[in-house]
This record gives sequence, C-alpha cells and structure tokens, in this order.
Amino acid sequence: MGNRKTSDGGRINSGKPWWKRWSRDDTELFLLSLPTLIWFLIFSYLPMFGIIIAFKNYRLQPGGHGFIYNLLHSEWAGFGNFNYFFTSNSFTMLLRNTILYNIAFIIISASVAVGGALMLSSMRNKRGSKVYQTMMFLPYFMSWVVISYFVYALLTPERGYINGIITKLGGERIMWYQEPKYWPFILIFLNTWKGMGYGMVLYLASITGIDPSLYEAAVMDGATKSQQAKHITLPAIKPVFIMMLILDCGKIFNSDFGLFYQVTGRVPASLYTTVSTFDTYIYAAIQSSSPIGQTAAASFFQAICSCGTILFANWVVSKLDNENRII
Amino acid sequence: MAKQEESGQSLNQIKKSTNVVFNIVFLILGVMCVIPLLFVFSISITEEEALRTNGYQLIPSVFSGSAYKFLWNERGMILRAAFMSILVTIVGTLIAIALDTSMGYVVSRRNFRLKKLYTWLIFIPMVFNGGMLASYVVVNNILGLSNTIWALILPLACSSFSVTICRTFFRTTVPDSIIESAKIDGAGQFRIWSQIVMPISKPVIATIGMFAAFGYWNDWFQASLYIQDKNLQTLQSLLNNIQKNIEYIANNPYGGLSLQQYKSSMPTESVRMAIAIVIIVPIACTYPFFQKYFISGLTIGSVKE
Repeated sequence: MGNRKTSDGGRINSGKPWWKRWSRDDTELFLLSLPTLIWFLIFSYLPMFGIIIAFKNYRLQPGGHGFIYNLLHSEWAGFGNFNYFFTSNSFTMLLRNTILYNIAFIIISASVAVGGALMLSSMRNKRGSKVYQTMMFLPYFMSWVVISYFVYALLTPERGYINGIITKLGGERIMWYQEPKYWPFILIFLNTWKGMGYGMVLYLASITGIDPSLYEAAVMDGATKSQQAKHITLPAIKPVFIMMLILDCGKIFNSDFGLFYQVTGRVPASLYTTVSTFDTYIYAAIQSSSPIGQTAAASFFQAICSCGTILFANWVVSKLDNENRII
Repeated sequence: MAKQEESGQSLNQIKKSTNVVFNIVFLILGVMCVIPLLFVFSISITEEEALRTNGYQLIPSVFSGSAYKFLWNERGMILRAAFMSILVTIVGTLIAIALDTSMGYVVSRRNFRLKKLYTWLIFIPMVFNGGMLASYVVVNNILGLSNTIWALILPLACSSFSVTICRTFFRTTVPDSIIESAKIDGAGQFRIWSQIVMPISKPVIATIGMFAAFGYWNDWFQASLYIQDKNLQTLQSLLNNIQKNIEYIANNPYGGLSLQQYKSSMPTESVRMAIAIVIIVPIACTYPFFQKYFISGLTIGSVKE
C-alpha cells in the first residue's frame, strides 16, 4: 500500500493496468463514498433519464406493472410532446416571463449586492455595519410560504396595510391580487429584498480579504475614493462576481418557484399571463392530470436550456478572461 | 481629499457626512427587512372583530391573545406539525452531514483512483438536472416514497454545492501528514474520516449543517408534492395547506360550503398569522448566531479548486 506512493502524495505510474494499481486504500475510500454515490445516482442521475418520458406516450399497461415497465412498453411519441408544448398558447408567454424576470433579477440583485458591499465596507462604524448586515440577512432565512403571509398582510384588499394607508390618504382601494400591472415590480422588489443580505455579505467577504496595504499605497499616490474602488476593490471582487454571474445565467430558464407561486397566491387566473413561469406551469401540470409526456417535454426543455446557457456563459467568460471561467 | 483622510484614524476612510448618509440608507434597508415580522405579529394579537372593522393596524386597536389561546387549545395539531418539522430537520441534517462530508473527504484525497470520475460525477448535476417532473417521478413512482417522511428527507439530503464546500475545506485545512501518519498506524479510511478528520472539521460541519437545517425547516415544496397524509404535515406545510384551502374556497364560492360553514372551518386571520409567528420565531432568534457559518460557507464555496 505504501510503496507505490511518493512522499508528496503523487503516484508512481508503474505501467500496470488500473485494476492492478487499485489499492486497499481505494477500496476503503470507495466504500466510504458509496452511500453518497448511490444518492447521486438515484436523485441526480436517474432523473436525467427522465428524457425518455418526454419521447413516449406514457400509458398504463394492463397487468398492474411498475412505472418503468409501463414506460418502456408505452409507444414512442417522437417529438410529438415537444411539438405540443412549443405550439401551445402558453409557450411564448412562459419563455418571455421566465427570461425577462431573470434578467431583471440578475441585473438588479448584482448591482444592489455590489453597491451595498462597497458601502458597507467603507463605513466608519463597524459595529453598526454588522447590525445592518444581520437585519438584512433575515429575509434570506424565511421561506416563501412565510413571506407570502407578509405580502398578504400588506396587500390583501379589504384589510391590508397598504390599502389602509391609501384609503386614509383618500385614495381608492387597489385589488392587488387582480391587477397584473403591479406584479412585475412586486416580484422584482421581493426577489431583491430576500437576496440582498446574502449578496452584500458575499461580496463584503471578498472585499475584507483585500490587503489593506494596497489602499494605503493608493492613498499615498493620491488616489480618490472612486479611483480606489475602480482599481482595487472592483478587480478584487471580480472572480466572485463572474462566478455568480455564470451560475445565475445557468438559472435563467428556471425560476424561484416559491416566489412566483406562493407570493402571488398560487398564480390566480387574473395574474396568469404576468407571473407564470416554466416552473409554475410544470408544477400545475404535475398537480393536474395532464399527460405526463407533455409535462416531461416542458421540464426537459427547461433543463437543456439551463445547461446550454451555463456552458455558453462559461464559454463567453473563457474567451474574455480565461482565468475566471468555472469549468 | 487625501490630506483630509490622512488626518483620520485610517487612510481608507470616508467623510463623516457620507458615513451618516450610508447609515441612514442601511437603517432603512434593515428596517424594511425586519418590519414585516412586526406587521404579522400585530395582526396575530389583534381582536378578530377589530380586524374586520379597522383593517390591519401596526398598533392594534383592540388587543387580544385569543389567537394564541386558540393555538394552545389546538396544540395537538400544532405540536404534531412542530414535532415533524423538528424530526425532519434533525434526521435530515445528520444524514446530510454524513453524506456531504464522506464524499467531500473522498474526493479531497489526491491519491484516490476514481477521483477524476467522482469530480465529474459531482460537477455534472451543477449544470444539468432532469427537471422537476423527473425528480417527482423518481420519488413518487419509482421509489414510492410518497406519504413517508423519507420523501421530505432524502431528496434534499445532499448536493454538489455542499460536497464541494467540504472538499475544498478538507483539501485546504486538513494536513496530509496527519492522514499519512494515521495510515502508518494502521487506521482504515473510515476511521480516519470519522475519528480524525471530522473532529478537526467542526467549522465546515457547522456550515453545511446550518445550510441543511434551514433548508429542511423551511421546506414546504417537497411536502406539497409528496405528502397528503395530515399526520406527516410539517409546520411549513400546515401553513401552506391552510392558505391553499382558503384560496380554494375563495375561488370556488359555491363549492358546497355555506359562508357560515366556511367561516367556522377556517382559522381566523389572527390565528394564521400566529402560526406564521410560531414558525418564524425559532429562526429569527437563532440566525444571528449562525450567520457567520453561512458566511464562511459562502466564501469557501466560492473558492475554486
């Protein structure tokens, strides 16, 4: 076991085939990793074969067999399920909503997080800055179900706080849950609100890691505050920024399901075209009795697009600045 | 400007007036993040009749503890849900820690023969997944876990993200020499992991444990997909189901119930808000202490290989 390893931990390649180089150590490590390996195979890799469902007309076969038997014996549908999804009335609406919301979320959240982190890092009262961070971190720990109660308290038409203020000022009550025009702003606001503490702290952590002597040298050379930010702070947070950006791009076809589903009050008909995304569509399809193949096609389309965008974003970054790519 | 700053304590400091502006901005943002709790709390301690006539008010016009009294009388339901929430959180977090750290340790070993394969195995789910429907089919149709506690625990028990955090931590902070000398003393890898690596890795265990615990405590989505059995409801799914029923009845006014029946069957608004408070309080009281572990997780997680 020990004789094949050099002191620096590298292996001596003895030219033997790999199974002869397999040591007791490898066996033990393999066994140790086995539970997690099985978890990954079942919960991450098995669903990837869900692609088959999208190409089948799933039907229960006579004889009370299991799901896989039924699936394999159902007839092939070719691209029929995908065609159905692409030509349905909802498709363009879902695509537009999902992408536009995500672009707005990415731009606004990133600017708030970077801006907030720059401001927090330059504050004179460090204790105060800690208190603000803690306060702003709270929404991150709340589930969307709980937040939907917050929103309900504010917006419910009869009693809500906001309509209370509006009527006190002599205005008309607004039926929030039936007026699509407000919801893009409400959703963008809530998304920013929930994530800003997390984002600011993430960037703040990389700002505090900067060597203070860099700033001292800059001040000696007469650099202004904004020059310091531009030439020291922003370059220092660039790797984290780009990594977050690539990961966010990978989520551009996904949506934070709870935000769109819980907060709007389970996507009421009046808001359907404004707040529906791929996830709410797929969830509704799972809950209803629509054919599983069509739902699978929608779900699979979403997964493929996510994978495509993350690889594309990574490719773009690797062209611009090879050091910061994540893959 | 540079001169002005040199006279301050540190070279790198903003003007006093700017500092005041920043303080005001963050005070507003901070209050915006915390005040919804107060909104919900004051509804929960307002008399139902006053809510009907005056609407919600930050300072209740008529105080009433009846919502909490109601919860106390119905404590069977609340306590059962709370028990489920706690059970799922504890069991899930323990399983998550075991799965994440064992795999993280294995891929952190430079000599492991399958290391490359495993690195890809863990990386691929970060960029590609089978989607919501396929996961549902696996849990519901293939594993048949619906209406068991495992449907709440297993799907969330591991993630590429937390395995990567563990891998990075073990690789950067656990010295190879400790492991090598344990091996020379005849310890197997399982013993090295459980008795040497784990005890010196408390920070990373705390970090991924916190992520897992908050994930389980806040989860309502798995429950809404897989759990119909009322005995298996967690607090979050209880809250979710109440809201679902209310919206169902509101959207189907002729759905068989008269207004009177509807009113008597549904918890009042103050009771619903009181349940929300019951869920929020444990988190609101504990997260300031755990916050630092989250932050360290975020920073470890964002370090590349």
